[in-house]
Amino acid sequence: MIATDSMADAPLSHPASAPAPAQADDTPLYVPRKKIYPQAVKGRFRTTKWIVLAVTLGLYYFLPFLRWDRGPNAPDQAILLDLANGRFYFFFIEIWPQEVYYLTGLLVLASLVLFLMNAVAGRVWCGYLCPQTVWTDLFYAVERLIEGDRRERMRKAKEKWSLETIAQRTLKHSIRLMIAWWTGGAWVLYFADAPTLVYELATFQGPPLAYIWIGILTFTTYVLAGFMREQVCTYMCPWPRIQAALTDEYALNVTYRYDRGEPRGSMKKNEVLKKQGLPAGDCIDCDQCVAVCPTGVDIRKGLQLDCIQCGLCIDACNTVMTKIGRPEGLIAYDTDMNVQVRMEGKPEVRRVVRPRTVLYAGLIVLAGAIMLTALAMRTNVGLSVMHDRNPLFVRLSDGSIRNGFTIRVANKTLDERRYALTVEGLPEAKLDIVGGEIDQQGRAVVTVGPDQTLEARILVTGGETTPPASTDLHFTITDLESGETAGANDHFKAP
Amino acid sequence: MAHETQGPVDSVTGVTMTGHSWDDIQELNNPLPRWWLRTFYATIIWAVAYFVAYPAWPLVSSYTKGVLGWQSREAVEVDLAALKTQRSGMTAKLAEASLEDIRQNPEVFSFALAQGKAAFGDNCAPCHGAGGGGAKGYPNLNDDDWLWGGSLAQVEQTIRHGARSTSDEGHQGSMPAFGRDGLLQREQISHVADYVRSLSGLPVDKAAKLDEGAKVYAENCAACHGDTGLGNMETGAPNLSDKIWLFGSDKAAIVEGLTNGRGGVMPAWHGRLDDTTIKALTLYVHSLGGGQQQ
Repeated sequence: MIATDSMADAPLSHPASAPAPAQADDTPLYVPRKKIYPQAVKGRFRTTKWIVLAVTLGLYYFLPFLRWDRGPNAPDQAILLDLANGRFYFFFIEIWPQEVYYLTGLLVLASLVLFLMNAVAGRVWCGYLCPQTVWTDLFYAVERLIEGDRRERMRKAKEKWSLETIAQRTLKHSIRLMIAWWTGGAWVLYFADAPTLVYELATFQGPPLAYIWIGILTFTTYVLAGFMREQVCTYMCPWPRIQAALTDEYALNVTYRYDRGEPRGSMKKNEVLKKQGLPAGDCIDCDQCVAVCPTGVDIRKGLQLDCIQCGLCIDACNTVMTKIGRPEGLIAYDTDMNVQVRMEGKPEVRRVVRPRTVLYAGLIVLAGAIMLTALAMRTNVGLSVMHDRNPLFVRLSDGSIRNGFTIRVANKTLDERRYALTVEGLPEAKLDIVGGEIDQQGRAVVTVGPDQTLEARILVTGGETTPPASTDLHFTITDLESGETAGANDHFKAP
Repeated sequence: MAHETQGPVDSVTGVTMTGHSWDDIQELNNPLPRWWLRTFYATIIWAVAYFVAYPAWPLVSSYTKGVLGWQSREAVEVDLAALKTQRSGMTAKLAEASLEDIRQNPEVFSFALAQGKAAFGDNCAPCHGAGGGGAKGYPNLNDDDWLWGGSLAQVEQTIRHGARSTSDEGHQGSMPAFGRDGLLQREQISHVADYVRSLSGLPVDKAAKLDEGAKVYAENCAACHGDTGLGNMETGAPNLSDKIWLFGSDKAAIVEGLTNGRGGVMPAWHGRLDDTTIKALTLYVHSLGGGQQQ
């Protein structure tokens, strides 16, 4: 059922044995773009879209300003990607570069939620949540506010430029550019302390990279939401293609119920036909569904690639149906299968719980549980040990063998901490640390600053008897305050 | 860029054909794409502009300098100067503080170790090995046996002025060639070699005359190596009672040393390396594991 307009209108079959040049060259390679002037509409889905728009944009623009107290040794921004220092702060979570798998997990979780939404109610993402949809919607709203609704805009597009239209266009593009600029401006705030950066940017003291990124995102927002619009969804985005493989016939989609609508005809004509007992549908062919569509499709042609399933045609159709006194829901969230089933006079089939949705939901629970467990088990101390490569071992003047190691201790807490290092595996082993202290129990004690790592050189000396060529060693580091431990394995080498 | 308009015409596209055919696939004589052609011309213009602006053509004994006067050598110098400026803060701290103070300051200490490691690789590794592991005749800097002393000050002195080097302030003193110069007879050398091995607990031949060896040792060796073979850092005489042998512990190696003498040279680095680099090297070598407290 998925077909684009271009496919329907222009057959792509090309004669293999090219008979005449004129005949073969008639088919254009690309479909010329139809400019779209979506009409204003009111209704349940329009309201939902306004709310989603306000919430998502509000979060995007204002989240960088949200504060989160972490004490004196860490930034107080709730969400901060501190690339310079290699830290990612997300409310109570702080992630180090080597823990980037948490972000991977988050992305896996996000895609699974996307799959589940898609299996339940089709392209919910495309219609309501996708940034392309949200910003395009906002830009259309600006256009409508300044240049008027669909008919007016179409008229003005055809007319010669007048002072009024020039003024309106200038105003429209200025507002759009300001929104786009704000979009880029908000983006960079996630990478530095927001209030400081705003001040720096405003006084032209900001880092050049910030200005460059603002420029890039201003440009992309302005072009993608202002000019490319539905073409991004139809031609550029991979999701419409991918989602088709992840959905099935039970998924709800914005559907024209042609069992009820067809054969369409004018209101009066169909009234007459109905009285005569002849087939007549509820669709009065008013084309309101097409007029309000932001991607310019005719939903009555069925499920199609260009349709982002925003539900605005449902609102338009319901308005018309209410006006002419027919029941709502000629276009509604429904399935093609049910349309078929109703035409055959069988009962409708609705199945939200089915293997696909259960699988997606199960995977979400699994991925979420794994992430939560990993977060709960996360320790605030890290240890890595690296054996000296050259020399592998050293014989000391008393004949004993010594191995050198470089250790790195990571303190993920936000206070300065003291750690004690011990080594097991070699009975007579003596531990020493270059430039550090050894406590009375023979442990090497290091002090690591808040949220920092410390590198130190460790020397392990064997006893009088020369150990075998390689002995397994286990290093353990203990946080002297909290008792948390971390370990690492290495070897003791001997001749 | 002549575009053929003569010849057979392709029926599908209406374009002239070149007449080239492979496996019945005909080549159309399409002109080069405009964007490609313009890019091509632009690169030619760019190249000419580049010749004028930058060094480009080799001449017999020189090259065309270009009107901008740019030189890669100068670029490197600018980069090096920038690097120096960037490091100047830490370098200044390194230059000011005493070696012991630097050891107590983790920030400067780690900077010094990094700089020392790099300088070690450039200057010391050829003899002492990449990790300071040493080789026969070249001391291992990781162990606890020091010919000229292992404290920070002693290590710095040795790096700065060397041993048996060209510097007047360098360490002096070497092992005489007892055999070659006729100071000792062959048998005496054999006896004292056995005795020296016994000093560090190495096994000796049952027939060895250790008494004779001890006598020879007391008369000839004890002055430098000490009565019990503990060595002497003033003259760089190695400790003969420990388990570390710079030239090998077998009898043949000891006999060879006694016969021909020994005297490895450590160059003086003063004047070749600047003061901060020598400081950094001292701290790095000291940190390798053999460093002794004052």
